[in-house]
Amino acid sequence: MTGGVLVENPAGGRHEAVLAAYERQKLRRTVVVVSLSALLVASFFFDLAMGPSSLRLVDTLRAILWPEAVSRSAAVIVWDVRMPAAIMAVLVGVALSLAGAEMQTILNNPLASPFTLGVSSAASLGAALAIVLGIGIPGVSESWIVTGNAFIFAFASVLLLQSLTGMRGAGVDSLVMFGIALVFTFNALVALIQFVASADALQQLVFWGMGSLSRATWESITILGLVIILTVPFSFGASWRLTALRLGEDRARSFGVNVLRLRFFSLLRISLLAATSVAFVGTIGFIGLVGPHIARMLIGEDHRFFLPASALTGALVMSLADIASKSIAPGVIVPIGIVTSLVGLPVFFSLIFRRRERL
Amino acid sequence: MHDSRTLVTSNLSAGYRNRPVLRNLYLAPLEPGKVTALVGPNAAGKSTLLRSLAGLVPSTGSMRLGDQDLNKLGIADRAQYVAYMPQTLPQNAELTVLEGVIGALKASPLANFEGSGPETRRRAVNVLDRLGILDLAMEGIGRLSGGQRQLASLAQAIVRAPRLLLLDEPTSALDLRHQLDVMTIVRELAREGRIVVVVLHDLTLAASWAEHLVVLNRGTVVAEGPPEEALSSSILSAVYGVEARVERCSRGRLHVMVDGPASSTELHHAN
Repeated sequence: MTGGVLVENPAGGRHEAVLAAYERQKLRRTVVVVSLSALLVASFFFDLAMGPSSLRLVDTLRAILWPEAVSRSAAVIVWDVRMPAAIMAVLVGVALSLAGAEMQTILNNPLASPFTLGVSSAASLGAALAIVLGIGIPGVSESWIVTGNAFIFAFASVLLLQSLTGMRGAGVDSLVMFGIALVFTFNALVALIQFVASADALQQLVFWGMGSLSRATWESITILGLVIILTVPFSFGASWRLTALRLGEDRARSFGVNVLRLRFFSLLRISLLAATSVAFVGTIGFIGLVGPHIARMLIGEDHRFFLPASALTGALVMSLADIASKSIAPGVIVPIGIVTSLVGLPVFFSLIFRRRERL
Repeated sequence: MHDSRTLVTSNLSAGYRNRPVLRNLYLAPLEPGKVTALVGPNAAGKSTLLRSLAGLVPSTGSMRLGDQDLNKLGIADRAQYVAYMPQTLPQNAELTVLEGVIGALKASPLANFEGSGPETRRRAVNVLDRLGILDLAMEGIGRLSGGQRQLASLAQAIVRAPRLLLLDEPTSALDLRHQLDVMTIVRELAREGRIVVVVLHDLTLAASWAEHLVVLNRGTVVAEGPPEEALSSSILSAVYGVEARVERCSRGRLHVMVDGPASSTELHHAN
């Protein structure tokens, strides 16, 4: 984000004026991050208050604060149905958007996201193998076979991407090309499995692919939460190096940044975040792309602010999408993967057009 | 023995996968305080030589800066001594000029570059002032003109006050006034005791600003020395394939004038 008119200081304090402008810019960004957090909290509670059963916001809050004071059914609705989905929306938003932000930086490509490069297609292939053919990883229990497969395939796809690139010593552009090739390969294999699937399995697979938060359990929330807690410090810790990478790979290396290592560990974080999310909620494609773009337009690319802002915008868009998924048709929860695109797109377009005007 | 602060490059071979560019290259010692220009036709290996000095291209051989062999240093340690300015600065980065310079200081994994926040910011602001672009501090990199972008790029390279400064075509795409401004600063940076190596395409510009020229062709050094020695009609004919004159103007400066293609492109050279 640019701007800020510098006023010439007659006392010769031009340096001070620039430093003050920099401080103001930092303050403004902090305000944006805090506002996004506040909006997220508001959206989260609003999300909790929404649902097919007519439970008002007041009752919802009471059920959260004093579960004993409300009816058993109200407590169950809030704690076992709405709460896991609402929390999962926030966590998935954080994970996918952060993964997308890092990916766009390390690949220097605004179209990069875990989904454009095959992570979700790989997860779908894993899920398809489990749902249709019953093929899973040995030792994984029946109830986890789909999730387990989706995770392993998604994780492996990023590792495959890494090794393909490492093998040929290719640049980031070929990494993007490999990713796109993987998308088509996995999609073809999924289509092949769909072709031989029974009607029941096919319906199950298609529904899995649409993405849904209603599958969220406290167990899956804990796992995704832990993955986020484990990766975020490393991600934020790399923020100066990632910022330097925006100035060009050669330049970052000349500053002393080990770009290969930065990219390797970044891809590792991305694969963990994206694979875990997709495994639990299915394909939710738009967040990893749109979250970072909104954050970039709001706050610029100083990654100390850009990364947290990306995580927050992703979470906010997911939370809003969850609200929308419950309000489109009464009594029906539309799969979240469909809604994220419909909610994210208008926001995205308005930001693009606003930016055009400013230039 | 040379001055303990010179850069001595010997037996340097460098290149990319399956494509060696420089072979067993030796350079005269490069001294602090002087500007050295790397010149030569396209694909002569100028940028590869510069990039291998910066540690960005795999290379063998030795490059001793004083008593340090740069090739034996890790990437972070090397960045303490060497700064490199690439030809381009990405325009799609949503960063301001000041953020770029602060990023250059903060990205280094070495503690001695870090300093406290205010100290780092002051240092960045000082560099911008010195290059005359303080007013652009809060401007987005993507909105700069060509000349402004080169200066913003130079600021990122020199903010760590390196001993060896490597510049890849800093005057390309610049008008005459901006060329003059950039080369004046480059000379000042050398006078402060740095070794400055700069790739230039314009031979007259190279002859008037550099004390030492290295003429490269096909990955080898064809001529080396003060401009009046390194540039001659026979060398220009052999290296560039042109009929050219090197003459002094009334003010005593060397000018290179091209009359036409060389009648017979001889590959031997006067050395």
